[in-house]
Amino acid sequence: MALSAPEISTSGAQRYAGRWMRAIARRPFVPMSSDQVESLLTEHTVRLAEALRADEFSPEAAVAVGRALVEANLTEPEALGWTLGALADHLVDDVVPGLDRPDLAARITASQAALAESFAWALRDRTFAQQERISRSAWEARNEAERALRDSEAKFRAVFSGAAIGIGIADVSGQILDVNQAFANMLGYSREEMREINVGDLFYAEDRPGMVALYEEMLEGKRDRVRMEKRYFRKDGSELWTDLAVSLIRHDDGRPRYTVAMVQDITERYALQQRLRFQALHDPLTGLPNRTLFFERLEAVLRQPAEQRRIGVCFLDLDGFKAINDTLGHDVGDKLLIVVARRLAEAVAGAGHLVARMGGDEFVILVADVDQDGTAVEVAEAALRAVAEPVYIGAHQLAVSASVGIVDRFVADGAATELMKAADTTLYWAKAEGGRGRWARYDPERAAREATSTALAAALPAALSRDEFVVEYQPIVSLGSGTIRAVEALIRWQHPTLGLLSPDQFIGLAEETGLIVRLGQWVLERSCVEAGRWHKEFPRARLMVSVNLSPRQVSDPEIVDQVAGALRASGLPPDLLQLELTESAVMATGGEPVRALRKLADTGVRLAIDDFGTGYSNLAYLRQLPLHTLKLAGPFVDGMRAQDPASVVAERIVDALVRLAHAIGLSVTAESVETAEQAEGLTALGCDCGQGRYFGTPVEASAIAALLRAAETPL
Amino acid sequence: MEQSRALPTEVDLSRPSAARVYDYFLGGAHNFEIDRQLAEQIAAMTPNLADTMRAGRAFLRRAVAELTRLGVDQFLDIGSGIPTVGNVHEVAQAINPEARIVYVDIDPVAVAHSRSILEDNPRTAVVQADVRDPAYIIAEAKKTGLVDFSRPVGVLLAGVVHFVPDDDDPERLMAVLRDAVAPGSYLVISHSTYEDQPQEMLDAQKLSARTATEITLRSKAAVTAFFGDWELLEPGVVHMPLWRPDSPDDVDDNPARFGAFGGVGRKPTVG
Repeated sequence: MALSAPEISTSGAQRYAGRWMRAIARRPFVPMSSDQVESLLTEHTVRLAEALRADEFSPEAAVAVGRALVEANLTEPEALGWTLGALADHLVDDVVPGLDRPDLAARITASQAALAESFAWALRDRTFAQQERISRSAWEARNEAERALRDSEAKFRAVFSGAAIGIGIADVSGQILDVNQAFANMLGYSREEMREINVGDLFYAEDRPGMVALYEEMLEGKRDRVRMEKRYFRKDGSELWTDLAVSLIRHDDGRPRYTVAMVQDITERYALQQRLRFQALHDPLTGLPNRTLFFERLEAVLRQPAEQRRIGVCFLDLDGFKAINDTLGHDVGDKLLIVVARRLAEAVAGAGHLVARMGGDEFVILVADVDQDGTAVEVAEAALRAVAEPVYIGAHQLAVSASVGIVDRFVADGAATELMKAADTTLYWAKAEGGRGRWARYDPERAAREATSTALAAALPAALSRDEFVVEYQPIVSLGSGTIRAVEALIRWQHPTLGLLSPDQFIGLAEETGLIVRLGQWVLERSCVEAGRWHKEFPRARLMVSVNLSPRQVSDPEIVDQVAGALRASGLPPDLLQLELTESAVMATGGEPVRALRKLADTGVRLAIDDFGTGYSNLAYLRQLPLHTLKLAGPFVDGMRAQDPASVVAERIVDALVRLAHAIGLSVTAESVETAEQAEGLTALGCDCGQGRYFGTPVEASAIAALLRAAETPL
Repeated sequence: MEQSRALPTEVDLSRPSAARVYDYFLGGAHNFEIDRQLAEQIAAMTPNLADTMRAGRAFLRRAVAELTRLGVDQFLDIGSGIPTVGNVHEVAQAINPEARIVYVDIDPVAVAHSRSILEDNPRTAVVQADVRDPAYIIAEAKKTGLVDFSRPVGVLLAGVVHFVPDDDDPERLMAVLRDAVAPGSYLVISHSTYEDQPQEMLDAQKLSARTATEITLRSKAAVTAFFGDWELLEPGVVHMPLWRPDSPDDVDDNPARFGAFGGVGRKPTVG
């Protein structure tokens, strides 16, 4: 062939490749930049063109290009269409313009055929390969998942059958589907027997309500796991305590499917716990519940303050237990406590009451649900009867008794501590009533009174230092002349919240607490100071002040010095001070008080017996004492009433007492004179002086000074 | 036995798989009838979607090439799917033959497939894990011995975070990943958006619920937030074709039509 073919136009090839790329590379994903794609297509363009202009035509280039398009992921059907069309219509004109061969059309057709064929082969191979690969991958994934499942099943089986803890699986109806050997062994069934059982049948009757609620919540899907200590019945009926954990397994859509229970046998641990708990809550000597358990029960009752529900507590204490311990030894004492504990338990615990030992020889009975009319008293009496039976310990026969404080009240009325405080108080009342084998029932009013007294007694010392006491003076008038002869000093307490308190409200407390000594001294000094002033201002009146001495003051060795000191400090002449003593203080046979009386008399003060006739005076002894005055007790004067037949007797008694006093040289002052008739009657009987509302109530010191001033003023 | 959360325990071939649908859109044949049916349904509603997927693939290719050129030689490709054409290891290893890649996907079929095509490549490994369990991913990636977390890593999340609903707290998941890697590491994210999108795109999103997971479209701000305090490489979070195109001609007249943002961030170097 002489004619040589035209050369390839490089720029034409690039132009053709650019159009090719824009036509085919927009749609599929090609993992190359557009420059890379374009240069690749330029290469293909040149190869295809070279094949057309070669001397010897070969379809190899078209075959290679068809395959290369597929490898480059240019696999869209449209891409093949454009490629084949352009090959016929534009390749020669664009890349080898002027190429003219007789077989050119045949070459183009052959190239198209070869390219299309290789494209189809490559695409088919690639599709087969990818389909094969993805299918194999799917199977592998499936196999892998199944293998993982088998592995996990095998692991589960190993855990299930080899575990030391019991494992059981049940469906949502509670039907047991499978258990491991450990679970079956715990309950004493075979695994086959267990599969016949419903979970509910294994619940302990007492546990059932709470357990069923939790179990149902789980079956409703409200909770995914439950853990608790729970007991089961073994096949032989014995009790199995377990630490139970139940988990819920759900369907894919969340519906409950199975429950899996894992149980550990804690029967021994539980028994130990129970033993420890028993020990913690019981008295080791008597085996009775101890105070901890008692308060637990009491609190439990008080936590349910149902209306109208009452509770009773009997607080019991043996009488004279200390003496038994001291004389017969603690061993006997302990044995006695054991007997008493057993008897109390037998007597009342049978009725459902709780008997506890609070410590020492104190026992307490919790009487649940008592009625208003003294169920608690019946229980207390039963307890006292039980204790009172003679007790034989070794060679000793002991007559034992106890005292009981009973409190019964509405459950809603207050806390345990208040209840027990009341019981303690009431036991004290029972003991204080003297004797043995007594009970007392709580009286809120009495307790309130005692509480007030206690509060007052506690406040006394501070009241003295805060100057809350005042002294008032009540006139003592000569019945003959009607002139004021003396005043009795009477103490009052100006209480900051309770107001003015009279001596009978606090003197007793002061006696009990011993404060009476300081209080009495204060009254003495204060009275002497006032009387000293009156004497200085109204010397002619010779007004005497009369001051009460308590028995404790009289027995105080300091009393003589105190009186002398008060007189000295006030400048009051001794004969203007009268000391009033009670019969009991005076009549103490012999000893210090009487010596003190003589020493007091020696200072020149006058001595009077207060409330004469209410005690037991030794009349013979009376005349030996250095006394000056008898003060007739109020009741004698009270009996003297006009138009009252009984007043005749009263008058005779007063008459006799006045005569007696005068016979041994004592003057007589009548107390509690309220009426003119009484004053006249007393005057007629020769009584020396009178004191009482008829002559004037107690008044402040300034009022007495005013009285004296008025008496001096000439009419 | 350590186990990632939410990994499927059964292989259910009666449901379409996102990885295989994606493969179909990229022109592959690694898919089944059920996948192609769904793909055609989606394509009928949103002709752009195939373009979006190709654009996403192209974005990933450009980003990986860029990071490799910046010196990153180890990659964690989370949600790798069925890597047929334009794999990360192909792109990276073409530039640096020493580059190592760990592929991660939740789909057991995709994982099995990846293993089969990668079994001859010693610098790659495949881990089955859920993107919602980043701590497990990191632990498993360490076990492969291919990734040294004391050195910078390229963490790739191409078209995967939009499969994580807000209830699963994607912000937290991203934070775990960011904290797990060394300073100088990169994070590559592409993510579908509702911003600038026509209604049919939004409707198509609902169809995707037929695969395992529904897509959650997010705003540019939300996608940007996934990078935390990392420095964003220029041009920031943008419509995917706008991220460092190979040539200006490659950028479509309407880059927003692909409906997804792409961005690359770098973990600041301490000090």
